Amino acid sequence: MHPVGFSAEPAPPKIGLSTSLPTQGIFRAAHPPPLAFSSDQIEQLHRRFKQLSGDQPTIRKENFNNVPDLELNPIRSKIVRAFFDNRNLRKGSSGLADEINFEDFLTIMSYFRPIDTTMDEEQVQLCRKEKLRFLFHMYDSDSDGRITLEEYRNVVEELLSGNPHIEKESARSIADGAMMEAASVCVGQMEPDQVYEGITFDDFLKIWQGIDIETKMHVRFLNMETIALCH
Amino acid sequence: MSGRGAPGCSRGLQLALLLVPLLVLGVLPRARAFEEQPGSAHGESQGFQVVTFKWHHVQEPYIIALWILVASLAKIGFHLSHKVTSVVPESALLIVLGLVLGGIVWAADHIASFTLTPTAFFFYLLPPIVLDAGYFMPNRLFFGNLGTILLYAVIGTVWNAATTGLSLYGVFCSGLMGDLNIGLLDFLLFGSLIAAVDPVAVLAVFEEVHVNEVLFIIVFGESLLNDAVTVVLYNVFESFVTLGGDKVTGVDCVKGIVSFFVVSLGGTLVGVIFAFLLSLVTRFTKHVRIIEPGFVFIISYLSYLTSEMLSLSAILAITFCGICCQKYVKANISEQSATTVRYTMKMLASGAETIIFMFLGISAVNPLIWKWNTAFVLLTLVFISVYRAIGVVLQTWVLNRYRMVQLEIIDQVVMSYGGLRGAVAFALVVLLDEKKVKERNLFVSTTIIVVFFTVIFQGLTIKPLVQWLKVKRSEHREPKLNEKLHGRAFDHILSAIEDISGQIGHNYLRDKWSNFDRKFLSKILMRKSAQKSRDRILNVFHELNLKDAISYVAEGERRGSLAFIRSPSTDNMVNVDFSTPRPSTVEASVSYLLRENVSAVCLDMQSLEQRRRSIRDTEDMVTHHTLQQYLYKPRQEYKHLYSRHELTPNEDEKQDKEIFHRTMRKRLESFKSAKLGIGQNKKAAKLYKRERAQKRRNSSIPNGKLPLESPVHNFTINEKDLELSDPEEAPDYGAEAGGGIEFLANITQDATATDSPSGIDNPVFSPDEDLGILSRVPPWLSPGETVVPSQRARVQIPCSPGNFHRLAPFRLSTKSVDSFLQADGPEEQPHTTLPESTHM
Repeated sequence: MHPVGFSAEPAPPKIGLSTSLPTQGIFRAAHPPPLAFSSDQIEQLHRRFKQLSGDQPTIRKENFNNVPDLELNPIRSKIVRAFFDNRNLRKGSSGLADEINFEDFLTIMSYFRPIDTTMDEEQVQLCRKEKLRFLFHMYDSDSDGRITLEEYRNVVEELLSGNPHIEKESARSIADGAMMEAASVCVGQMEPDQVYEGITFDDFLKIWQGIDIETKMHVRFLNMETIALCH
Repeated sequence: MSGRGAPGCSRGLQLALLLVPLLVLGVLPRARAFEEQPGSAHGESQGFQVVTFKWHHVQEPYIIALWILVASLAKIGFHLSHKVTSVVPESALLIVLGLVLGGIVWAADHIASFTLTPTAFFFYLLPPIVLDAGYFMPNRLFFGNLGTILLYAVIGTVWNAATTGLSLYGVFCSGLMGDLNIGLLDFLLFGSLIAAVDPVAVLAVFEEVHVNEVLFIIVFGESLLNDAVTVVLYNVFESFVTLGGDKVTGVDCVKGIVSFFVVSLGGTLVGVIFAFLLSLVTRFTKHVRIIEPGFVFIISYLSYLTSEMLSLSAILAITFCGICCQKYVKANISEQSATTVRYTMKMLASGAETIIFMFLGISAVNPLIWKWNTAFVLLTLVFISVYRAIGVVLQTWVLNRYRMVQLEIIDQVVMSYGGLRGAVAFALVVLLDEKKVKERNLFVSTTIIVVFFTVIFQGLTIKPLVQWLKVKRSEHREPKLNEKLHGRAFDHILSAIEDISGQIGHNYLRDKWSNFDRKFLSKILMRKSAQKSRDRILNVFHELNLKDAISYVAEGERRGSLAFIRSPSTDNMVNVDFSTPRPSTVEASVSYLLRENVSAVCLDMQSLEQRRRSIRDTEDMVTHHTLQQYLYKPRQEYKHLYSRHELTPNEDEKQDKEIFHRTMRKRLESFKSAKLGIGQNKKAAKLYKRERAQKRRNSSIPNGKLPLESPVHNFTINEKDLELSDPEEAPDYGAEAGGGIEFLANITQDATATDSPSGIDNPVFSPDEDLGILSRVPPWLSPGETVVPSQRARVQIPCSPGNFHRLAPFRLSTKSVDSFLQADGPEEQPHTTLPESTHM
């Protein structure tokens, strides 16, 4: 088991984006083409961004309090945090940003772009990895490159916090069980004095193997009429 | 259903099975003839007869039962040969069988006495199949693709009906079909009944093909939901035909369209209402567990009949009844009831399906209904296939602009090809009135041909087609805890992103619905206790634990030693995790039983190991044998009694829970320390190892000689090992428990400080404990005796250790075995593997 720190990983390609793009033409992302938005979508997102920020150039954490629907979300804090995570913003290997501008906002949103059918296998893999990395960062709250048991428990407790009947202990035992499962999936057999310290990103990829994340992790950035009807 | 039977043998059996119905059928007419005489002689009083032959008295149910028997036997026959069933779908085989049987009946009787009547089909055979489909519908998948399904079901069916009917009419006008007494409306009527994809046929064929779930749900969902369209089209055109073509006004057409909405929405509404009712009823069935499963069937069936009564779509009603109630019912009813419902439903559905296909075959053997018109039959076949394909391509083209997961060309091919027609069409066409529809017989025969063609030919070829096209298959995976957790996290993230980006999307709707469900619906429809345990993640956790446990127990049984499975000292040990979500042992007695098995599983493994070992060591064997004889019994009896009163362990519940909480806390603690205190751990492990090695060297007394020496000592060890150091427990189980535990301790004495069933709290994981444990290890316990599935034992266990990951520890090793073996002296048994012991 070789834990791989994030610093060792190649830095994710940054979306090519000049500062004042929002309202002009097609938004061309140089690097991962799947992450590109159309101009319509950018306009729409920009409108939303301004709405959230109250016409300020940046969004702070507090701004997310204005989204009423978010309040019911059990992992709300984790999600909001992900927006300010430097790793997700591709600005560094750890730490949180105080505020994000529209460009950053788009960067985060771009993790949720659906995968294009025209992409080849390699691009799909890349896209998949990007998406998973986002998720991984959410679990790995201390940016040390692994999801420790404590972190995992944390997430599970939050996830299950929506159900008032589930006690903390059961949430923890579930996390423990999941961790054991992860260990058995990723490491298999271990030395007796070896301790599974946490899920590294590589392990994370292994766990997700065979799960169709590309078809799951996306939000349709379109008009809502069409969404309500179809998948 | 494996191809176990040798081919020759199976052929013989099949022949025999075919002969049985022949004989029966040969006898029946004669029996009927024979029965006539006593019937006529009945008038004269003959005094009291000791034995009377009352065939008439039982005739109808008797014949029905016989037919069901024949169909079921035939099914056995088919599955004797794996080769046949892997190539030919069962539905096709049944149709052929039906044809053969029909031929025999005809030969004997010269009247088609047995046919598939619409009444029997719609009232008794179809509901179980549709209910089964609804009740086991993967809801999320279904609603996720609802838009697509609806489009195919509504537009697709209308398209098929219209194009088929119109094209046939066009050809008819060209004079190719010769002279037929048919009008445009008749053609449209025929088109509407032949257009609908049949749920029974689709299910029968697709279940064997295993295409990916999205494709399956689309085709299958379409076949279920198109019923409303079919019913409306059929009714509308039938009434138009009755009215006569020239009297149909525009108002009638509008009425037809309106009636579509009424029929479909009304049927759905009826289903939802009955689902609500059903969920509500099952909430209060706590004291009538036995009839609990009955409610599911009766109320669902009532929903079917009610909407039939209101001339709404009955299929939609029962489908949605199943879909909507499944969550609440499954949470409310006990596990036994759930199993009963599951099996009964499957049995009814598959029985009904069998009968339907067989009778489709039988019904075809009736010269009276056959009217052949080559052009009509062939063109119908061509048109339904071609228009289905065109319709699918057009609709998919539209859909793909909105769908996240695109439907590829291959999917479209399978969807077009999977448009099977079946018994619904047949029943509808038989329902037609010959006075109104002049060419009824032509329609009937064409429908039969179409059904046979699609079921037999397309059913036969769809499997190779799917293979050839390399359609993404469905993969059956074990549910994984991580998967479920991540999936849950995903849902929340997606809905949050939609919230943040201001979209109202699929995730948004789902999120809002689940909030609504949690806040209101679940509170009304679910038991208090069920509300706790209904979380899917918990369920998966539960399932996985059960699975592990069952395989452990099965393994134990296979090896013939279940002796130690029922040891209360380990109750609540391993599987404790879901005694919180399912606190009521009264309710979930099966799970409770299972849980008990589960919890003692590791002990079982130990004992197994012990047994194997003791065979080598005669002295040991004798001692253990004695122990088993004298010490085990009370425990077993106690246990037996306990499980018999499985429904009333109320007084123990509190205590169990208490124990659970304590052990759980401890377990978590140790896990935590193992997880976080890495360095500490390693040190502990090393220390532990060293000590162990030392002890190994020191210990020269074979353990078998001293098992009776110090029960108290043993008991403490056992307690420690199993992390059941709850002081209350020993007194609780009292004297009778003492023997068993002591014995267990003896059996597992070798487990010393190491064996912990839960796998987490081994000394290495809980460094603070192991010194204490070690110090308590009596010197006479040879470390070589540390019991745990040894390397070899593990190899022999069919399931790999990986399967046991939740019960088993995650620090399994192979390497250290060797070093250990080397270190050990001659007293070491070759198969003992100490290092693993740390983990089991």
